[in-house]
Amino acid sequence: MKYVIIGNSAAGIAAAEEIRARDKEGEVVILSDEKYPVYGRPLISYYLLGATDRERMNYRSPDFYEKNNFSFRPGTRAEKIDAQAKEVLLSGGEKVKYDKLLVATGSRPFTPPIAGLEKVKKRFSFMTLDDALSLEKALAGKKKRVFILGAGLIGLKCLEGIADRANGVAVADMAGHILPSILDEAGAAVVQRTLGAHGAEFYLNDSVAEFEENAALLKSGKRVPFDVLVTAVGVRPNTELVKEAGGQVRRGIVIDDHMRTSLPDVYAAGDCTESRDIVSGEYRILALLPNARFQGRCAGADMAGGDEAFDTAFAMNAIGFFGTRVLTAGCYAGEEYTEAEGDTYKKLFIGDNVLNGFILVNESECAGIYTDLIRRRTPLSEVDFALLEKAPQLRAFSAKARAGMLAKEV
Amino acid sequence: MKRIYVNEKWCLGCHLCEYECAFANSGLTDMVRALKGKTIHPRIRVEDGEEIHFAVSCRHCKDALCVQSCISGALTKDESGMVRIDREKCVGCLTCVLVCPYGAIMPAPDGHAAQKCMLCTDNLCGEPNCVKHCPNNAIVYEER
Repeated sequence: MKYVIIGNSAAGIAAAEEIRARDKEGEVVILSDEKYPVYGRPLISYYLLGATDRERMNYRSPDFYEKNNFSFRPGTRAEKIDAQAKEVLLSGGEKVKYDKLLVATGSRPFTPPIAGLEKVKKRFSFMTLDDALSLEKALAGKKKRVFILGAGLIGLKCLEGIADRANGVAVADMAGHILPSILDEAGAAVVQRTLGAHGAEFYLNDSVAEFEENAALLKSGKRVPFDVLVTAVGVRPNTELVKEAGGQVRRGIVIDDHMRTSLPDVYAAGDCTESRDIVSGEYRILALLPNARFQGRCAGADMAGGDEAFDTAFAMNAIGFFGTRVLTAGCYAGEEYTEAEGDTYKKLFIGDNVLNGFILVNESECAGIYTDLIRRRTPLSEVDFALLEKAPQLRAFSAKARAGMLAKEV
Repeated sequence: MKRIYVNEKWCLGCHLCEYECAFANSGLTDMVRALKGKTIHPRIRVEDGEEIHFAVSCRHCKDALCVQSCISGALTKDESGMVRIDREKCVGCLTCVLVCPYGAIMPAPDGHAAQKCMLCTDNLCGEPNCVKHCPNNAIVYEER
């Protein structure tokens, strides 16, 4: 059996490991358009912050590929899938046959057209280790002024990474508050205070009308000078390979609970796919590392002849900024329960007898107990939810349910 | 594998396991020096209800959500089945805290990493100190 995996990050590696656990003999080829062994992609901001280094960023041990007998092809881009011939065309013209193929191509930064953007010479994205290394180089020497376009997860983690090595960082976003995809206004205010204390300036409800080489002219009329620009407006899933091969693609690659695409023997996992969100019931792109790992592992199992399903996808984010901790999960619909005091903020979203989602700022303790209520869609009538509202705790569960958690192997 | 289990009926809620855990992981051999006047950050936590008390520490789940969700590769499962954390690799993102259904992994006191029960294999005790010192034998270390 010959397995080909396009993508060397969370989903691709999870699949490769699962394949190897089930098939000791099969040939596994891992293609990567990057030149590095697998690294913790979300760690690039921690690298700039100095909280980790190149060696510790390695997601697996140095002998990982060799030990598992994976044929790792760094710096090799998959250009085309021929689903009839069951082969992948590589950059350089080589063709690789497969019996089972996984597309784990991730996503890429997307910046809408903005007048003058091409005039900016010091312009970076913040998705890959190469991005982080280029940005590091650009920030070396005399402290630079940085302008970040986008106050989402990527933009603000970049901000945290570079704030103390830059001569001021300005951030602009069309949204009215920072981290609009995961926080409400009150939660965002706590985080913004922390970032502000590290010298960040925010231009919200605003956007760039035009760039000059070293300045952004905002729609509000303000002019923000900078030395270095980071664009972090959004991402687009890398769906082209599957689409051009005739596979079904909506916003992301369409897959079933076994991670099968509509093409025979072609699977997909990670940020390039759509998942069914168990909270909203909607198909959406859940570009999260845990989701990529679960999908990848499921794909690997099925590619190797197993019959696993992954059908518990939902949004979740753990993100921190200079010690301010943000944990969120699920969807923000339903009745709200709020507690706010100083720099702690908690909001629960309660649906029809289920927990739909939560926002926790500086309230991390035991948060996973809430997350599990979402994952299992636990009927709230089965737990003492009045107790759980105050704090996530296992005594809110019945003795029987608790015995299932604590008195046996889980 | 052998795991730590708590018998809820026998737990007195004395919280001694929390102190023994903090002591075991302090790196010190004198309990007074290790704990006196200090806020403890144990890897086991006791929940107290009106009628019930019980201790919770890492379940070393067969299919651990924390291991799958770790963004840095710091959390792994070893050959014995124990869930390990490599504090050097951990960046303290707390994704593991977000996914653990038991509230059994928590931020380490320095804030730069997570911490969890490693069955006292990572300290001088070599065997679970909470189990050894539970006055009512409510916490046990066994195969189930």
